[in-house]
Formats: sequence, C-alpha cells, structure tokens
Amino acid sequence: MNVTRVLPLFVLALVVAAVAQPAAAQGPIKIGEINSFSGIGAPFTGPYRAAVEMAVEEINAKGGVLGRKVEVLFRDDKGQPAEAVKHAQELVAGEKVALVSGTFLSNVGLAVSDWAKQNKTLFVAAEPLTEAITWSKGHDYVFRVRPNTYEQGRMLAEKAGKMKYVKWATIGPNYEYGKRAWETFRERLKELKPGVQVVGEQWPTLGKIDPSAEVGAILAANPDALYVSLFGSDWLAFVREAGKRGLFQKTFVVGILLGEPEYIDPLKTEAPEGMLVTGYPWYDLQQPAHKEFVARFTKKTDKTPVLGSLVGYVTYLSIFEAIKKAGSTDTEKLVAAFRDLKVETPIGPISYRAFDGQSTMGAWVGMTKVDAKRGVGIMVNHEYISGERVLPSPDEVKKMRSGG
Amino acid sequence: MTLPIVFVQLLSGLAHAMVLFLIASGLSLIFGVTRVVNFAHGSLYMLAAYVTYTLSNTLPLGAASFYVAVPLACLGVGLVGFLVEVILLRRVYKSPELYQLLLTFALVLIVSDLVKLGWGAENKTGPSAPGLAGAVPIFGRLFPTYDLVLIAVGPLVALGLSWLFSRTRWGVLIRAATLDREMVAALGVDPRYLFTTVFVLGAALAGLGGALQVPRQSLTIVMDTAIITEAFVVVVVGGMGSVPGALLAAILIGVIQAFGVLVLPNASLVTTFVVMAVVLIVRPWGLLGRPESQGRGAGATIAVTAQRGLPPYWTWVLLAALVAAPPLLPTFYVSVLVEILVFALFAASLHLLMGAGGMVSFGHAAAFGLGAYGAALAMKLAGLSMPVAFVVAPFAAALCALVIGFFCVRLSSIYFAMLTLAFAQIAYAIVHQWYAVTGGDNGLLGIWPAPWLATPIRYYYLALAACAGGIALLDRIGTAPFGLVLRAARDHARRAETVGVNVRLHQWLAFVIAGFFGGLAGATFVFLKGSAFPEYFSVARSVEPLVMVLLGGVQAFAGAPLGAAVYTLLDTVATKYTEYWQLVLGVILVTLVLAFPRGILGIVTDRRRD
Repeated sequence: MNVTRVLPLFVLALVVAAVAQPAAAQGPIKIGEINSFSGIGAPFTGPYRAAVEMAVEEINAKGGVLGRKVEVLFRDDKGQPAEAVKHAQELVAGEKVALVSGTFLSNVGLAVSDWAKQNKTLFVAAEPLTEAITWSKGHDYVFRVRPNTYEQGRMLAEKAGKMKYVKWATIGPNYEYGKRAWETFRERLKELKPGVQVVGEQWPTLGKIDPSAEVGAILAANPDALYVSLFGSDWLAFVREAGKRGLFQKTFVVGILLGEPEYIDPLKTEAPEGMLVTGYPWYDLQQPAHKEFVARFTKKTDKTPVLGSLVGYVTYLSIFEAIKKAGSTDTEKLVAAFRDLKVETPIGPISYRAFDGQSTMGAWVGMTKVDAKRGVGIMVNHEYISGERVLPSPDEVKKMRSGG
Repeated sequence: MTLPIVFVQLLSGLAHAMVLFLIASGLSLIFGVTRVVNFAHGSLYMLAAYVTYTLSNTLPLGAASFYVAVPLACLGVGLVGFLVEVILLRRVYKSPELYQLLLTFALVLIVSDLVKLGWGAENKTGPSAPGLAGAVPIFGRLFPTYDLVLIAVGPLVALGLSWLFSRTRWGVLIRAATLDREMVAALGVDPRYLFTTVFVLGAALAGLGGALQVPRQSLTIVMDTAIITEAFVVVVVGGMGSVPGALLAAILIGVIQAFGVLVLPNASLVTTFVVMAVVLIVRPWGLLGRPESQGRGAGATIAVTAQRGLPPYWTWVLLAALVAAPPLLPTFYVSVLVEILVFALFAASLHLLMGAGGMVSFGHAAAFGLGAYGAALAMKLAGLSMPVAFVVAPFAAALCALVIGFFCVRLSSIYFAMLTLAFAQIAYAIVHQWYAVTGGDNGLLGIWPAPWLATPIRYYYLALAACAGGIALLDRIGTAPFGLVLRAARDHARRAETVGVNVRLHQWLAFVIAGFFGGLAGATFVFLKGSAFPEYFSVARSVEPLVMVLLGGVQAFAGAPLGAAVYTLLDTVATKYTEYWQLVLGVILVTLVLAFPRGILGIVTDRRRD
C-alpha cells in the first residue's frame, strides 16, 4: 500500500457513496434532529432525546402521521454552529428530511435558523433561548417552542418588582444569554420600581467560573438581592461556595431557569431555599395528560422528567400536528400549517403565533424549598404564566425585525 | 474596597492558584523531561475527579471515604499514566517531535467519551470534604475552611517536589534530563525509566488536582478542556519544566484573576491570556524558565525536506478528479468536499510555519477566524459585494498576522506556540464581546455567496479555485529560495544569520503568508456556512489543523492536505453514525499514529529514503 493508491481511493469512495444513495420512496417521514449530544450542552440533551424518542414511538404505535411512520435522525452538533450547519446540509440534501428540529445553544440555533432561511427549509427550534431567533433575526421558516429569555426575565421582574429589594447585583455567564437575561429583567424591574440601583455585575466565563472570587466580589458589592443567570456546572459550583460564605442568608436570590430539574436536582439537599425562580414543577402538576406523560417517561427512562424532556415531547407533538394539518411534508405547506397551529400538550393547549413563530408555551414561577423526602430542591407557591401574558405585540415584533 | 475584602479576595485567588499549580506542575515536569505536550493532562484531572466522586459515595468508610478516595484516585490516575506511557507514548518517541501530541489529543477524545459512558453526561455535585465543609470568619467575613487547607496543600506539594529534586538521585537525574536529555542518556542512564516515572508522577499530580477539586467544583464531562488551556498558560508563564516557576505563575494568575473579577468583571475571558502575552513578550522563556539549547532544536528531529511527498503527475490526476467528479456527486458530498478543501488549505498554511519554518502555532485559528470575520464584516459593515469581500478577507488576516507575528517570531518552540495561542484567545475575546460590531457570541448571520455563486456546485468551483490555487502557491513558496532560507533558519538559526540571513524577517514574513492563506481558508468556510462565530477562533479550531498536519505527515508538504482530507472524512462519517464519535475517532487516530508513526505520508517518504 502506498499513497499513490490511497489518494484516489478517497475520490472513489465518494463516487461510490454517491451511486449508493437510496432512492427516496414513500417510506417513513424523516425528521432531522440536530442537538448538542457532546460538548457544553451534553448534560442537558439526554432527557430531551429520550422524550423525542418516546413521542415518536407513541405516534408510530398509533400508525404514524398521514399513514406513514415517523423516523427521527439524530445528529450531534458538538456545540458548534458550523457543525450544525453541516448536519443540516446532510440531512436535507442527503436524507431528504421534511424539516430540521432541535438545538440547545443559542448560537447553534441561530446558525441553523439562518441556514434554513437561505435554503427555504423549515426549522423548529426547540431549546435555544435567545430572543433573536424569532425576533431580530426572525424569518418565515423558523418556529420556536420554549419561552425565551425575554419572556422569562419579564415573568421574574413582575414578581420581583413587588418586593422590597432596592440594591441589586447580577451574576451570569459572559455571553448573550446571560447579558440579555439580565437586561430584560432589569428594564422591567426599573419600570416597576424606579428606585432600583445596580451595585454590581459579575460575568464569569461560561463553564469556567472561579466561584470563590465571584462570591467574594458579590459580597463586596453588598446587594440586597442578586439576579442569577448561571446554569449547569457554574451554578452548582457557585451554590456550594455561596452557601459556605453566607451569601444566601444575606441576599435574596432571583434565578432564571434555576427551578428547572436540570439545574436544581444535582444540588440535592444543598439547593438554596427561598429563591424566586422560573422552572418546571412536574411533581405538582395535576393535569391528567401531564401525569400520564410523567408516568410514561419515568417508565421508559427510569428517571424523572426534566424541562428538556417536556420541551422535546412538546416539540415533536407540534411537528406531528403541523404535518397532519398540512396534509403533506412540503415545506411551504408545513410553514403555513405552523402559523397559528394549535397543539394539545401535556400541560394544556399552546399555539404558534403567526407573525413571529414563537409558541405561547409558558413557564412556572415560584419559590424554592428543599423537599426532605425526595432529597432535592423543589418549587412551591408556583404559578404557570403563559407566554401570551408577557409576549410583545405584533407591532413591537415588526419593529424588532426591521431594526435587527 | 476595604482591606478585609482585599485580603479575602487574595485568599480566593490563592486557593484557585493551588489547584492550578498541582495540575500545571505535572504538565511542566512531563514536558521538561519527555518534551511531550500532554493535551490529555486535563483528561487525567477529570478522570481523578470522577473516580473520587464514585469512591467517596461507595467506600464503606463513612465520613473518611473522601479522604481515602483522594489518594486512591491519585494512585489510580498515576497507574493510567503508567499504562499510557508504556503502551502508547513509548512507541512514538522516535517520531518527529510533536507526534506524541497527536496521541494525547486522541486520548482526550477517548477519555471524554469513556467518562460519558461510565458516569453519564449529567453534571454532578460531589461530596463536601467531611470536617472541612464549613467556613471560618476572617476579619468578619466567612471563608471556606477547605480552601484554607488547599492553600496549605499547594506549598506542601511544592516542598515535597523540591525535596525530591534536590535530595534524591532520581530527582537529580530528572533535573539533568530536563536540561539535556541526550547527555543524560549518553552518561548511561536509561531514559525510558526516567520518562515512565516522570509521566506517572505528572499524572498523579493531575489526579491530585482533580480529586481535590471535587468539593469545590461540580463534575462535568467538559472539565478536561476547561482546565487544560489554563494549565498550559501557567506552565509557560512559569517556564517549561520549572516547578517553582509553575508555583509562582499559578499564584500570579490565580490572584490576578481573583482581583480581575472584582475590578473588570467583563474581562474574565481574557485576563489570563493578556497576562501570558505580557509575560512572554517581556520574558520569552517564562518567569523562571531557561533558554533552550540551540543545536538540538526541533528542526533536527523534524527533518522536513523540501520534497512534496507526491509525484507530480498524481497532483494532476487528483486535480482532474476534483474538477470532473463533483457534478456526479450528491449535494451533501459536494459541501463535504468544500470543507475538505478549506481544511486542506488551512493545514497547508500551517505547514509552511510548522514544516518549513519549524514554528508550531497553537493559535492558527486566529488567521481562520480573521479571514471569516474579515469577509463577513466587509459585507455587513462596509457593504462590499460578496466577491470583493472574499478577496479582501485574506488581506485583513495577513494584516493582523503582521502585527501578531511581530511579537511572536521573537520567541521559539513552545513559547512561540503559546504566544500565538494567547493572541488567538485575545482575538476570540474581542469578537465574543464586541456585540455592536461582531454580534458577539450570536455571531454574524446571512453571509451567503452572491446569487450567481449560490448553488453548491458553483460555490464548489470557487472554493476549488481558491483552495487549490492557495495550496499550489504555498507549495511554490515552500520550495522557492524563500522557503529554503526558512528551512536554513529553522535548522540552525545562528549559522543562517552568519551567512547573512535575517532570520526574524523571514519568519515574520512566513507568519504573514500563513496568516494570509489561513484567512483565505476562513473566508471560503464562512460562505459555505453562511455565518461567522467566535468559535472560529477557538483552541479546538487551532488544534485541528495541527492534528491534520501531523496525521498526514509533517515531513512533506502533501501531508497537510492529505491529513486534512483523512481527518475531515473520518470526522464526518463518525459523527453521522454514532453519538460516541469521539471514542471512534480517538481509537482510529491512535491506530493510525501507531501504524504510521511518521504520518500517513511517512510510508512513501520512508520508502524513498530506504
């Protein structure tokens, strides 16, 4: 073997691969699912994937959609936008998927969304939180399931604005999510309570927090209340340090997403009590459809659900519903079907707004408490706030789309 | 800012510094003796943390479990280090310098997936250290007891190491080998014994660092990559191979970070790298490092010849295939081919630096990113048309390379590499934070080719023209008198100077040329993907072309594009078919490195030499 034979082999392999492409017959409906199964998003995408698989198994057991089975092709974007775009190309051009769905990180979501716009492919963004996806960088071919940073920040501000705290500080990851989560919250808070002062902002690098130094800096600023948009490993490390140094005794904490099982469960009984958070109190939800969802998910995975599981399930219910409504897998028809699409989900009906593609799925806002019996933090006194209550009007969206 | 705040913040910085020191000292020792740039050091650290986590939760010793788990994890990871050195690294010491880097890179991939398989991807919170879980008041402010203990552990380990190096025969030999390992071998000391033992010690130190982090940090499957760059920075700032240097640098960086957080919270991305850049510009061998002895430099071991490694007619056959085949291929493979071309050019531009220049860059992603952003900004900000933006972009990259290169070429070997890394990271931070211009981490979107170039096949031909043209020019530059002079400067800088060569000027120029073509690769890439993101500047993006060049074979020019093609195809196929692509890719890389210890092209070049 030598290189003069090796080189043309690659070219040959490509040609063979080309010829061997299976013809797209009336087989299953294929859906491309791109998500961060490795890298920084990996800790959160496992339960999402399990719920997607569950949704697909269930629909196929009922005979599929439009009389065809559904097949989901999973691809790992490694947390890199360019990698996600590569998969989108492969899924659409090679596998002939009807649409592309998924993504966890905001920048990956934006990259796939822009690709979808350019290539006139439907993209259903499941988890990324950036508002830009549906607003400043929004377009006809993108729809988003989860309530975004703006919505969740506003939900928290409505509650925090009624509280006595005046001197505020924040800590969040040094990227768009952290900054926007804080800005939307702060703006609304100042509207509600004009005397609010900001005494400190901490922006540790995502995934590389030095908790000791950050807690020291916050204690030095001496705020009454702290707005936290850390998540994942940064948040876990921060809690332990802050707990030891008495931060939670001195300071009221508001945490975006921090009531989600993804972020509160790993803390076990160390979860700080009395925080105002958005999250997902699956253990308290009484709707029969949701109880069934929890039972089926727990049976399938031996684990209790996290918000990612719910989002994955709702995303695919929405996709099935849209295909049914469109009566076809044609992109333009699917896009039309998604506009004002109504979906019955385990947590009640949601719809996709026609003018920006944002779903009206909401979030729960409540206080944290440690449940000694289960040995984890939970949310109490929570309230479900639907997206309709905090989302901007069509005119405001129009302004953001033209300005961005 | 009151005095108590300052003091407590200082303690915070010291606690972090001690963990950094433990990891960096091991890394520094390993490099000092074996010259292995051990990317897998972070993986050893991560492994120890997970082992400690599991042992503390399962050992039937109650509160004492953690304290038993730490030394056990340390020993366990030391054993892993032993196996890695004896089974893998030992086989490639004879390969050109840096080939070991390829192996350790493969190990990073493998360990990452093994940890995911063994422990799951979810984040984990480890146990607190029993008895040390609380905090003590210092000037009326609470400070964790455990961190105080850590602050004591660091200097104790440093003292232990210093005793080892000054009082034991083994330590004396290690010091001697760090200075001149050939001489030590010539004096009758079996270098294999030194290499193995030092690797085990280094691994165990990484293990200690990982195990002691468990009560302070949560466990994640990306903690390996989160720590490794910082550890390298500490090693280089301290001076490669110097344990006291590592301690000093760890303290410097830990403390500067702790106060940086207090004073400039937005700068957290970049503080460390600015410190490193400043130190290296002022002290090119780190704080306590020594200049490397000339004469047995990298050039002598790489022995890169001016040969292409490929008979010329095959170049034409390949080119003909690249022109003729794409219309027959499905669209997706056409875009994979564009990606291969992009990385072939990117790797080839690095090869000019690494091969002909003997300058290994860890920051070549800066060229790629600058090309990508240059094109994107030329369109978005300057309103230029796509073809013009495409042409302008590489010049933007070259211009930045001119500035960065001015500082970098004054340094040599690993210090050069780390300074390029520092500049790449600084560029990353600027792009990441300058929302108004670069769009921050949300990137720049809508960077698509002009409509008349927008079909995959048309864009492919543009990419082919740009990349094949670029590669041909690089090949020409490498074999032209300029390239030959560059080789002379690499193999013996002083002799080259004696015959009148301006070594730095040539290296600087090579840096700019490499920057230009790296930028062209970045520009071609950005129009393929339609968007530009800060991750184009990432460490991973810098390591990729390095891996490609080594995989293909650094000793001949054709190795770079060949390695790029093989790597991109392997990666594309592995990610398509398995979630555990890292494991698959890692195992394949290990196999390739062991089978072709001089790169894939080595089979040709070796045969010709025989």
